[in-house]
This record gives sequence, structure tokens and C-alpha cells, in this order.
Amino acid sequence: MEKVIFYILALIMIVTAIASVSSRKMLRSVIYLLFVLIGVAGIYFLIDYNFLAAVQLTVYAGGIIVLVIFSVLLVHHIEMELEMAQLSKKLITGIACLIGLGLFLFTIYTNDFKVIENSKTTTVEDIGRGLLSYDTGGFILPFEVISILLLAAMIGAIIIGKGDKLTKNDDTL
Amino acid sequence: MIAGISIYEIFTLTSILFFIGIYGFITRKNLISILISLELILNASAINFVVINKYLYPDVLQGVFFSIFIIAVAAAETALAVAIIINLYRQISSVEVKDTEIMKY
Repeated sequence: MEKVIFYILALIMIVTAIASVSSRKMLRSVIYLLFVLIGVAGIYFLIDYNFLAAVQLTVYAGGIIVLVIFSVLLVHHIEMELEMAQLSKKLITGIACLIGLGLFLFTIYTNDFKVIENSKTTTVEDIGRGLLSYDTGGFILPFEVISILLLAAMIGAIIIGKGDKLTKNDDTL
Repeated sequence: MIAGISIYEIFTLTSILFFIGIYGFITRKNLISILISLELILNASAINFVVINKYLYPDVLQGVFFSIFIIAVAAAETALAVAIIINLYRQISSVEVKDTEIMKY
């Protein structure tokens, strides 16, 4: 059962990812990306990391996609079609990507991974305790740093988005 | 673990997603499309962290934490990028890469 679900998810993700990077309509491209992100959340559900799947759905599917759709609607006419790269350029990039993919797969399949069979479930409590622990292997410092980063990004986004007025004030000072 | 699915199959899936992202990153000529390709690349690597954690080191949770940090950094990066794109559109009325040739408005 899990096997079938995984293959269906993988198929959906690969097809919509290709559609997302090759669609000529901007908004459709974003919606295809949404399907890929939901597929990623499905993979997280399958390997039993429910918290991560929920975070993926809320932050990516709920937040980032809406943000990108907003920016698309603000800067584009909805009918407008994208300018595409030349065919030769596409072909060269595609071949280079295929070579890279072949190299990746060769390295992965020749490596012997020591897989440990298990069926552990991770609760949110484990993740919370790990994030806030002071011991070795605890992640309290990166956790605090990431909160500062988010604050800085938020303030930066507001200042850049406001743009014009602020810089004019700076000139008069 | 996913019953019946080996770690190789998941790595194959994430590698394919990663290179689709790189393909889009190089061939697209629009800033928002490049941002979309970037999201694909980040997601592929986030899945890799989680899968390696689950299959090879099930006793620790480091991969999950790194995935959470990747998601947080991606959210911050997208917010900033969208702000920059909108500001750029106000200045030069275009979000094509070829029109973006000056650093300071």
C-alpha cells in the first residue's frame, strides 16, 4: 500500500515539477509548484514525520505560495506569456542536467548505505525538547539565531518594499 | 520508514527534483520563475536530510532540525526576494533578468 502511494506521489511530483519549470504562463507555473510542495508534505507523512509535514503544508503551501502568487499578480498581466530561452540553450542545459543526474545516481547506487530497520514515530515533544536542549546535540543556539534571522528578514522586507519614501528621507538628513 | 521503499528510490526522486530545479534556474528568464526553481532545489535537499535521518540514524533527530531550519530560511529568503522584485518592478517596470542591469536603482 505505502509502495503504491509513494510511486503515485513521485509521479505527480516529477510531472508537475517539469510542468512548473516549462509552463509559459506564470500563474500556472506557481500552481504546479504548489502540487510539488504538497507532494513533499505527502512524503513527510509517509516517513512518519507528521510535525514536519504540517510545517511544510502551512509554511510552504499556505505562506510562500500565496506570497509568490501576490507578487505575480502585482507585476504581470494575467494573459502575458513568458519569453522562453532558445532551443539550443535549452538542449545544452538539459544535457548538462542529465549528465549531472547520471553522476548523482551512479554515486548513490554504488554507495552501500547501512540502513537500520525501524518503525519509530517521532512526537512533537521530542522535536521541542531537542530544539530547546542545552546538552550536546541540542539546538538552542541555532533556534535563537533563526528567530533573529526571521525578524531581520521581516524588517528588511518591509523597508525594501516601502523603498522610495525611506530613501528620500535619507537624502534630506 | 516507508514499507517496501528502499533509500535508493527516494534518493532517485530527490535527485530528479533537484536537477529539474537547476534546469529551470538556468533556462528561465524571469525573476519569479527563478525563485520558483529555487524552491524546488531547497525542497529536494530538505527531503534528503529527513530521509537520511530516518533510514540511517533513527535514534537522533538532527535531520529534522536541519529541515525545519531550511524551511525557515526559505521563508525568509522568499519574503525578501518578493520585496526586492516588487521594488524593482516599481523602478524599471520589468522583472526580466535582461533588464536588470543596475545595482542601485
